[in-house]
Amino acid sequence: MPEASPEVLSANHILEYPYTRSVGPIIGRFLTALRERRIEGVRGSDGRVIVPAVEYDPVTSEPTGDFVEVGQSGVVTTWAWVYQPRPKHPLDQPFAWALVRLDGADTAMLHAVDAGNPSRMRTGMRVRVRWRAETVGEIQDIECFEPEDPA
Amino acid sequence: MTEPRTEPVRKIRTPIRLDYTMTAGEAQSRFLRQIANGKIFGQRCPECEKVYVPPRGSCPTCGIATRDEVELADQGTVTTFCIVNIPFAGAAVEVPYVCASVLLDGADITLFHLVQEVPVDEVRMGMRVEAVWVPPEERGPTLQSIKHFRPTGEPDAPYDAYKDRM
Repeated sequence: MPEASPEVLSANHILEYPYTRSVGPIIGRFLTALRERRIEGVRGSDGRVIVPAVEYDPVTSEPTGDFVEVGQSGVVTTWAWVYQPRPKHPLDQPFAWALVRLDGADTAMLHAVDAGNPSRMRTGMRVRVRWRAETVGEIQDIECFEPEDPA
Repeated sequence: MTEPRTEPVRKIRTPIRLDYTMTAGEAQSRFLRQIANGKIFGQRCPECEKVYVPPRGSCPTCGIATRDEVELADQGTVTTFCIVNIPFAGAAVEVPYVCASVLLDGADITLFHLVQEVPVDEVRMGMRVEAVWVPPEERGPTLQSIKHFRPTGEPDAPYDAYKDRM
């Protein structure tokens, strides 16, 4: 960054909102399942299993509620490599953001894949969940996904 | 966090945080340095003659640079205000308190600041107020060099005096 003129003042600012939000019964159950190291979706009116669970049917807009547990492994449907993780990213080392369609699910969820190197990433690769040591009931209970095939 | 938790999850914490560097620009830097000296300077547009404070270096109406500096009084008129009743993390003062738009004498736009030393339900549009500065040795290039504004006790300004500058 170019140095500002010495006559121009600059200062570091922090803008922070310490939000707590209520999650409702559907997302609440999804998060409660994560705390128990299970992944649950909901069955939509067209029979598709939607993961993460959503509160309203994407076709009919009716409330959902038919929960289905899905697998803890799945397929990467698309991905993007992050060469320089930011402080708030889920991993400190380079990783992939990926859409992962879990076994038994018909939709893909966004999460991180810890592949070490972008050459290990490809669409269609199999990945499995890595749970965080202590689960508390939030999406970060899934620390990331990791490739099923050894490096 | 060692006990088994059987209650369903009802809430999550979703803090949002942005760390950034704010560069004040030349006009605002001069303004802030004058604040450190206990003086408030605005800038006058050479075309429409409006006086902006804090100055941003240009007139948003005419789209031209503002260079003439104008020293303003540290007294002014409350044009509008709100009473804050909800506490939040990091707040500098206890609720209830008043945030007000203060039209400094000689300025054409208002400055946002606290109004204190008066019961919140007595603050009103048109109220005359003055800056309460921190002691000179504690002043710096920040609006926090003004602790707050307080009533001067003068009669209220008539609505016509500020109705076009709200």
